[in-house]
Amino acid sequence: MADLFFNLPPLVQMVLKGLAVILVIFPIAGASSLAERKVAAWIQDRPGPNRTMVIWAKYIPILGPFLQRLGLFQLLADGGKLLLKEDPIPGHVNKFYYVAAPIVALIPAFSTVTFVPFGAYWDAAVNAMRPLMLVNVDIGLLAVLAVGSLGVYSVILAGWASNSKYPFLGSVRASAQLISYELSLTLSVVPVLLWINAPGQEASMSLVRVVELQSGTGFWGGTWFGMLMPVSALIYLVSMFAETNRLPFDMPEGEAELVGGFHTEYGSFKWSLFFVAEYAHMLVGSGVFVLLFLGGWNPLPWVPLASVTQWLGLQNWPVIVGLLSIAIFMVKTLFMIFFFMWIRWTIPRFRYDQVMKLGWQKLLPLAIANLLAYAIGFAVLQN
Amino acid sequence: MAVKVLERKPLTLAERTYLPQIVRGLKTTLKHLFAPAITLEYPEQRPGIPAGYRGVPTLVKDPQGREKCVSCQLCEFVCPPKAIRITPGAVSADHPESAHIEKAPKEFEIDMLRCIYCGFCQEACPEEAIVLQNLYTLNGRSRTELVHNKQKLYELGGTLPDAHAKWDKKLAAEQRGNQRH
Repeated sequence: MADLFFNLPPLVQMVLKGLAVILVIFPIAGASSLAERKVAAWIQDRPGPNRTMVIWAKYIPILGPFLQRLGLFQLLADGGKLLLKEDPIPGHVNKFYYVAAPIVALIPAFSTVTFVPFGAYWDAAVNAMRPLMLVNVDIGLLAVLAVGSLGVYSVILAGWASNSKYPFLGSVRASAQLISYELSLTLSVVPVLLWINAPGQEASMSLVRVVELQSGTGFWGGTWFGMLMPVSALIYLVSMFAETNRLPFDMPEGEAELVGGFHTEYGSFKWSLFFVAEYAHMLVGSGVFVLLFLGGWNPLPWVPLASVTQWLGLQNWPVIVGLLSIAIFMVKTLFMIFFFMWIRWTIPRFRYDQVMKLGWQKLLPLAIANLLAYAIGFAVLQN
Repeated sequence: MAVKVLERKPLTLAERTYLPQIVRGLKTTLKHLFAPAITLEYPEQRPGIPAGYRGVPTLVKDPQGREKCVSCQLCEFVCPPKAIRITPGAVSADHPESAHIEKAPKEFEIDMLRCIYCGFCQEACPEEAIVLQNLYTLNGRSRTELVHNKQKLYELGGTLPDAHAKWDKKLAAEQRGNQRH
């Protein structure tokens, strides 16, 4: 199997790998919407969706009812409903852009995955860890930030094409909010880039190198950047909430104020595409956060995956190590997704002026001060 | 009483960042995440019905299995939405001991699409024959199905204990010659 795969033309290999990653992201994004409902229910002392059932699952003795209580089949029911129900296009919309908006939402959400490494395996040939990712490019982090922020265009497009007041207001808010938080988001990761680029070395913004520098063994080598730069991590986290339009920053939706915000005029499948895109954004955002500040696929601080591989003697089992690293990375990322939901049911929505004030008057100066402090700190350390 | 003016303390730096408060909030929600659900899962679990609940109006029989309604039509007159319609008739021959009761309903209809569950019928009834009981779920597939006839009303009502035994006493008094003591 492996030989067959590696003998394929590189382009076909790329397409297959890309499809594999998308086939993982899409269901996770879908499952997140169910998890969202379940977590919401549990936090509110409710059982949540627990009625949906497919006929054959009823006959599985213990597992069937358990899955029913868990609401797993609700996922199928929701998906089926969104696929099959009528998909009307209102008469007053700009049809081309109205249809284009959900597609535009999906493209950046899935494109950013390309640059995110999601695991590593031990390459016995070079005696080192090799990352698992679609393309290992030097501009990795920059590409994620640049392509990820294109997501706002879909919101603007949807609001504008809907030709209706509330969607328009929602999209205006989205663009203002995104511009405000993009700045602090980017500034907050600059200290990380300073740390990973020693003078005299070839410069890189690759997320792989970020993880490599968190998988050393000594005190400095094994520290996760979240401990080294807690303020950066905090700013990144807050800005990520704002970027993904999650509570407490969900101004563009704000159902109490704007009906549904930018997706008010959307229904059925097109509506669900917006949500898959939102969850994919969250997933990639959380993944990048894990890579930058939580040590990527390393199980614990100061316990890198490479050491674990050697302890367990798995040097010659790249597939197992690869799956293990992906599992560790996914656990961390899914915990971040849970954290998104946890925050959602803890903090109420900000007022719009508070969002702007927090972005421009608090986070941006903090991010600049943080950057300056680390820049000076690194300069002092080096001399 | 002397008024004590309390000075409002300025917020500390930690309070102004909101972060400790957010952490406390997260702790609270985490506690609820693991707390058992308090939802009553309706079709399997039913709520307790308090005493005096006004459910679906029903007709009841006395412990001897006789219908208590004497077809006086007071409920029909008092019913605000005019949901009740009674056709008076003769007392059933099954119970010869109650031949002294003048009338019984030949037909008794309550239109449940009109009924407002006010309970006036129960209040007006001199025989305690019409009672709003505990049934709170009512549905049907047609309008005619939701017009309860006499048979349906007795089915829903069943038998309730009779504290007064009014008609037995009246019969006994008649047999005594209706003398006063």
